Amino acid sequence: MTAAAEQIGNWLELFTRQERADPWLEKLREDAFARFTELGFPATRDEDWRFTNLAPIARAKFAGQAADAPDQIEIARLSEADRAQLGKYAPQTAFVALNTAFLKGVAFAKIGRGALVEQPVAITQSAPPAQAGGLPHAHPRTLILVAPGAQCTIIETYQGEGQYLTNAVTEIAAGEGAVVDHYKVQMESADAFHIATMQVSLGRSANFSTHNISLGGALTRNDIGVRLAEGAEATVNGLYLVNGTQHVDNHTEIDHAEPHGTSHELYKGILDGRASAVFNGRIIVRKDAQKTDSKQTNKNLVLSDDAVIDTKPELQILADDVRCTHGATIGQLDAESLFYLQSRGIGRVEARSLLTQAFAQDIIDRIKVPELREQLERALAGKFHERTNR
Amino acid sequence: MALLEIKGLHATVADREILKGVDLSVDAGEVHAIMGPNGSGKSTLAQVLAGRELYQVTAGEVTYDGKDLLALSPEDRARQGIFLAFQYPVEIPGVSNMYFLKAALNTIRKNRGQPELDAMDFLNRIREKMTAMNMDETLLNRPVNAGFSGGEKKRNEIFQMAVLEPRLAILDETDSGLDIDALKLVAAGVNAMRSADRAIVVVTHYQRLLNEIVPDTVHVLADGRIVKSGGKELAIELEQGGYAALGIYEESEAVGKA
Repeated sequence: MTAAAEQIGNWLELFTRQERADPWLEKLREDAFARFTELGFPATRDEDWRFTNLAPIARAKFAGQAADAPDQIEIARLSEADRAQLGKYAPQTAFVALNTAFLKGVAFAKIGRGALVEQPVAITQSAPPAQAGGLPHAHPRTLILVAPGAQCTIIETYQGEGQYLTNAVTEIAAGEGAVVDHYKVQMESADAFHIATMQVSLGRSANFSTHNISLGGALTRNDIGVRLAEGAEATVNGLYLVNGTQHVDNHTEIDHAEPHGTSHELYKGILDGRASAVFNGRIIVRKDAQKTDSKQTNKNLVLSDDAVIDTKPELQILADDVRCTHGATIGQLDAESLFYLQSRGIGRVEARSLLTQAFAQDIIDRIKVPELREQLERALAGKFHERTNR
Repeated sequence: MALLEIKGLHATVADREILKGVDLSVDAGEVHAIMGPNGSGKSTLAQVLAGRELYQVTAGEVTYDGKDLLALSPEDRARQGIFLAFQYPVEIPGVSNMYFLKAALNTIRKNRGQPELDAMDFLNRIREKMTAMNMDETLLNRPVNAGFSGGEKKRNEIFQMAVLEPRLAILDETDSGLDIDALKLVAAGVNAMRSADRAIVVVTHYQRLLNEIVPDTVHVLADGRIVKSGGKELAIELEQGGYAALGIYEESEAVGKA
C-alpha cells in the first residue's frame, strides 16, 4: 500500500466507525469522504501548499470519534433551508471535505432581518479528549447566517492541551447592508495541528471585518476567503506570533466580484526561535468589479536569525478602473528605538518586549470588543514575558 | 573629584574615527557648553556618553561619579543619573508616553532605593512639570513622540529630564528646530534644573541657546578634539568671528583645503 493510501486508510476506518445519522446527512458525509479520498492531503508541490508541509498530519495516526463541541447543536435540528446553506460557501478542498465527512453538530447562528445583536456570538472549541491508539481529532463546523440589515459580532476561540487535530470550517453569509465583526482567537496547545477554512459571502453594501489572531499550535493553516458583492466593504486583519518550531500559514483570498467594493487587509507577524510563517494574500478583482479599492499590507517582525517568513501578494486584476495597493515588510526591532528606551533606564530585555508588544498592539487596538481586547493583551503580555524570561 | 571625567577618548563608527582624544572634566553644579562645527564629533560624544552601541570606544576612559562609565549598559547609566536629550527624539508607535515615562521613572527610583509610584502618584508628580513645558496632558496617552511636531519632541525631552531628575544631563542640539518662544521655554526648563548637585552639558552649534542657558565653561570641539576652552565669552567670540576665526573649518571645507 502506498503512503497516501495508508493515510486514507486510517481516515476510512474512522469514517466507517462513526455513528450512523439521518440518510440525508449520511449522503452528505459519504460524498464528502469520496471527495477527500479523491483529493488526498495537499502536498508541497501544490502551489497553495508550497511552504507548508502537511506530513506531520498526513503521517499521524488518529483514533476515536470526531469530538463534540459545546457550542454546537445537532445538525438534524437545522431546518431544511438552513441545511442547504451548509457547504454552499466553503471551497471544495480536502480539509473541508474531511470536515463534512465527520459532520455531526454545527455551531449555528441566524440573525434576523434588521436585528442588532449586541452580545457577541461566542463559539469555543476545546481540544478533543485523548484517545487510545491515536491522536484525537475534531472537525468543528460553524454556520452564521446574517439577514439583510442585521448586525452581529462573532468570536471563535480555539484552545486545548496535548496533541490533536482541529480541522475547522466556518461559513458566514451576510445579507445586504449587514454588519458583521468576526474574531478568531487560536490558542491551541503547542503540539496541536490547527487547520481552518473560513468562507464569507457579503451581500450588497455589507460590511464585514475579521481579526484572525494566531498564538498557539505546532502547525497552523488558515484559509480565509471573502467574496464581496457590489459596494461591500471587508476588513481582513490578522496577527500571528510564532516561536520555537511553530509554523503558521495564512492564506487569504479577497474576491471583488462586483463593482465599488472596498477591502483593507493588514496582517502582522512576530517570529522568534526557529519558527516559520507564510502569508499569501490573493486579491481577485473580477472583470465587472470596477471602482474596487483594495489595500493589502503584511508586516513581519523577525526576532531571531533562524526564523523564516515567506510572504507573497497575489493580485489578479481583471478590471481596469481600480485601485489596488500591496506591500510587505520584514524587519527587526529598531536599534534606535531600543537605545531610546534604554537611555531612559528601561532594561534591554524589557525594552525589546515593549517594542515587540507595541508592534502587535496595532492589531489589538482595532478589536472592538473591550473584553476580548483585554484578554488578548493579557495573553500577549504573558507570551512576551515568557520570551524575555528564556 | 569631578562628576564626569573624560580622558583621551577615541571613538569610531564603521571604522571611521570621530573622536580623536577628548579630554573633559565637568563638576557637579556646573553648566558646560560644547560647541563646534558640523561633523566635529559633538553628537558622537553625547551618544557615547549615553552608551550608544553604534559607536566603538577604541581608547581612553570615562569616569562618572568615580565609576568606569564605559563598563555600564545604557540603562545602567540612566539609572545612575545620566540623561541624554536627543537631537532627534525617536518615535515609538504603540508605546504610550505615560507608560514609557512611568516605567522609566520607576526603574530609576528603584535604583535610588525609592518606592515605585502608582499611576495616581505619578500623574500628580508630573502635572506641574507638564504645565511648565506647556505640554498638554493628552500627550501622555499618545504614543512616544509619534506625530509630535519638532518643537513638541524637544519639549518632551526636557519634560522627561525634569521628571527623571538626572545628575548629569547632556543636551544634544536641543535648540535645533525651535522658534524663539519655544527656545525660551526649553531654556527656562533647563535653567530650573540647575542645582549644586547636578551637571549639565549643552551641545550646540549656535550661540543663541547660550544666551538663555548661560554656561560656566565653553569648549570648542573640532575634528574630534577639544581645541579651546574658556568662559562664556568664548561663545560670543565664536558668534562674532565664526569658527574660522579660530582656524576651524566645517568638515566639508576642511576637506577642500586639505
